[in-house]
Amino acid sequence: MAVMTPTRLDDALEMAAGNPDAHLLSGGTDFMVEVNFNHRKPVDVISLARVDELRQWSEDRGAGTIFVGAGVVYAEMEKGPLSALLPALAEAARTVGSPQIRAAGTLGGNLGTCSPAGDGLPVLSALDAQVHLASTGGTRTVPFSAFMTGPKKNDRRPGEIITGVTIPTGDDFQGYSKVGVRNAMVISIASACLSVRDGRVRVALGSVGPVIIRATAAEEWVSSVPVVDASVALEFGERVATESRPIDDHRSTAAYRRHAVSVISRRLLERSNDR
Amino acid sequence: MSNNEIYTLTVNGRDHHVKDAWVGESLLYVLRERLAMPGAKGACEQGECGSCTVILDGKAVCSCLVLAASAAGREIATVEGLNPDGSLTDVQQAFIEEGAVQCGFCTPGLVVAVHKLLEENPSPAAVEVKEALSGNICRCTGYGRIFAAVDAVVAVRKSGSR
Repeated sequence: MAVMTPTRLDDALEMAAGNPDAHLLSGGTDFMVEVNFNHRKPVDVISLARVDELRQWSEDRGAGTIFVGAGVVYAEMEKGPLSALLPALAEAARTVGSPQIRAAGTLGGNLGTCSPAGDGLPVLSALDAQVHLASTGGTRTVPFSAFMTGPKKNDRRPGEIITGVTIPTGDDFQGYSKVGVRNAMVISIASACLSVRDGRVRVALGSVGPVIIRATAAEEWVSSVPVVDASVALEFGERVATESRPIDDHRSTAAYRRHAVSVISRRLLERSNDR
Repeated sequence: MSNNEIYTLTVNGRDHHVKDAWVGESLLYVLRERLAMPGAKGACEQGECGSCTVILDGKAVCSCLVLAASAAGREIATVEGLNPDGSLTDVQQAFIEEGAVQCGFCTPGLVVAVHKLLEENPSPAAVEVKEALSGNICRCTGYGRIFAAVDAVVAVRKSGSR
């Protein structure tokens, strides 16, 4: 049993290669809940909290992209220059837990856990983010749509570390909306991220299926409609809801989730129209 | 490769050696049970109540969600370290004077969170105070007296008579 605390990415990759079963720990806001409640007995842990290389973000204006390191915390996405570049990510970050959680939780941790309720994930889906992974054998890049494979399941291979995501910039609009039982400290029961670029609408849904769902049929339909008015927005919401695949569970019902996702998708489209 | 089954935590500027600890122990547990610093309180153990709030590398976090061994090499500050001589800080004094303490269980976490807030934002708007303290749950006071205590500290610090 050991906790490893590398400070360089190369060292972390060596540790992950030597111990592919070790848990990769970032902010700890998911992992420690499971440990505290005896749902998980950690054996070996590689803490990435001190790897500064993972905590950087940068804009590539030439390529029209932003790289967000896996160790960037929600507090940094919520305010300041990154929030201006990725407003939907900022809106999503703002809904995560409490200030204490947002000071610790990271985008890489959200990807590692890969919960359908992960607040950052609909943003990565709607904005067509690419997920970067590294190992001692090299690096690879996977579109987010292929990265998340099921509830709390992803394409990360043993020995790999999620290093960050690349997100295209230049959307004409992007927004995020979330429904929970109250206004703070809440796990989403339905969420949506909507972006518009050159008249093309993209919408991704959280907490209403085993993975983040892109409502591609509704996207196609609304992108072909010349003028978005109230009745179009209403129909868009309804079409989005038919593409969701929610379940009844302890947090909500499938019927309510379908309703909620229809309402927030409609409102996001209206917001994009009002800009 | 560093094996941290025996590790050192830097708390309030002092090094503490932690021996024979289980690898899964939270920072909250280690502070309270191994290092005799019971200021941070344990309640929900899942980051919802904020009663275990400490400062880690300059950020207010829930110590119940920090794997203690992963905090080696980082700066930890607890409510015990706010005033090195152990006297009350202006925030603690204001909590007493404004009646912001009832059962007192949430108080250390709130005091740490208020210090952090006012360090970053010396004159917060009411909504900013609510947002900054939204991760600290108090079930006694209804928050009114806590907000009054924050306002009192802000007023005194502004007048320069702290």
